[in-house]
Amino acid sequence: MSQIAPKWYQSEDAPVAKQTRKTARPQKLRASLVPGTVLILLAGRFRGKRVVYLKNLEDNTLLVSGPFKVNGVPLRRVNARYVIATSTQVSVEGVDVSKFNVEYFAREKTPRSKKSEADLFNEAQPKKEIKAERIADQKSVDASLLAEIKKTPLLKQYLSASFSLKNGDRPHLLKF
Amino acid sequence: MAESHRLYVKGKHISYQRSKNVTNPNVSLIQIEGVASPQDAKFYLGKRIAYVYRASKEVRGSKIRVIWGKVARTHGNNGLVRASFKKNLPAKTFGASVRIMLYPSNI
Repeated sequence: MSQIAPKWYQSEDAPVAKQTRKTARPQKLRASLVPGTVLILLAGRFRGKRVVYLKNLEDNTLLVSGPFKVNGVPLRRVNARYVIATSTQVSVEGVDVSKFNVEYFAREKTPRSKKSEADLFNEAQPKKEIKAERIADQKSVDASLLAEIKKTPLLKQYLSASFSLKNGDRPHLLKF
Repeated sequence: MAESHRLYVKGKHISYQRSKNVTNPNVSLIQIEGVASPQDAKFYLGKRIAYVYRASKEVRGSKIRVIWGKVARTHGNNGLVRASFKKNLPAKTFGASVRIMLYPSNI
C-alpha cells in the first residue's frame, strides 16, 4: 500500500555533504623522536622542562613523563610540534606503557547541573581530585624510569633542571 | 641571581614590506637577533612570533596583550625575515622588540 502523500514538500533538496577523498594515515614523526629521548617542552604549563618521551599515541600526541618525582611533569600528552628532541636518550625497554591510550586521558564528563545564581557568583572551584589510578600508574612507570635514569651520572639533575635560552644562544646553531 | 626563563629568540620589528614610496602593512620585516644570512634564517621559517605589549585597561584578566604572527619567508641577503600577523602590527612599533618562539619545532 502506498503511503499518504505528505502535506509538505521541501522546495530545495537538503544539501548532501561531498564524499571526502582524504584518508587518515598513521602519523610519521621526525626521525629524532624515538621513545626514550629526552624532550624539551616549549609551551604549556611545563614549558622549559626536560622530559622523557615514552610512546606515540593515536591522537598524534606524544606520551611523556617527567618523571614526576624529578621535575613535576606527570604522565601527560604533548604535541610533537611543541617539543625539541635532544640527543640524550634513556632506555625505555623495561617500561610498560601498553595500557595508555587516548581514552585514558579523556576529560571527565562533569554532570551539567542547571545554572543557579550560586554557581554564577561562587568563584571557589572544588579542588580537583586526582584519580588513584593515575597516581598508581605514575608510580609504576616512574619506578622503572628512575632505575634507568640512575645508571647515567648527572641525568637526574639534567632532567630536573629547566631549559632556557641565554644571551648569545643561537637556536639555529645550537646542537640539541 | 635571576634565572633565565626565556624560550623565545629576541627580534626587532624593522619596517613594513615596502618599496621606496609605497608600504605594504600586511607584511612586516623582522630582524632576528644573531641571524645574518638567509641560510640561518631558514631555521625560523614557520615559527610563531608574538608582539607583547602593555595597556592600562585590563582585558580578560590581564593588562598584557599579544599580537600573534608567524615567520613567512626570508627577506633579502642579510637574515631578515618576512612575517604576517593576525592583526597587522601598528607602525609605531618599528624598532620594538618582538618574540620569535621556538615552536612549531622541527628539531
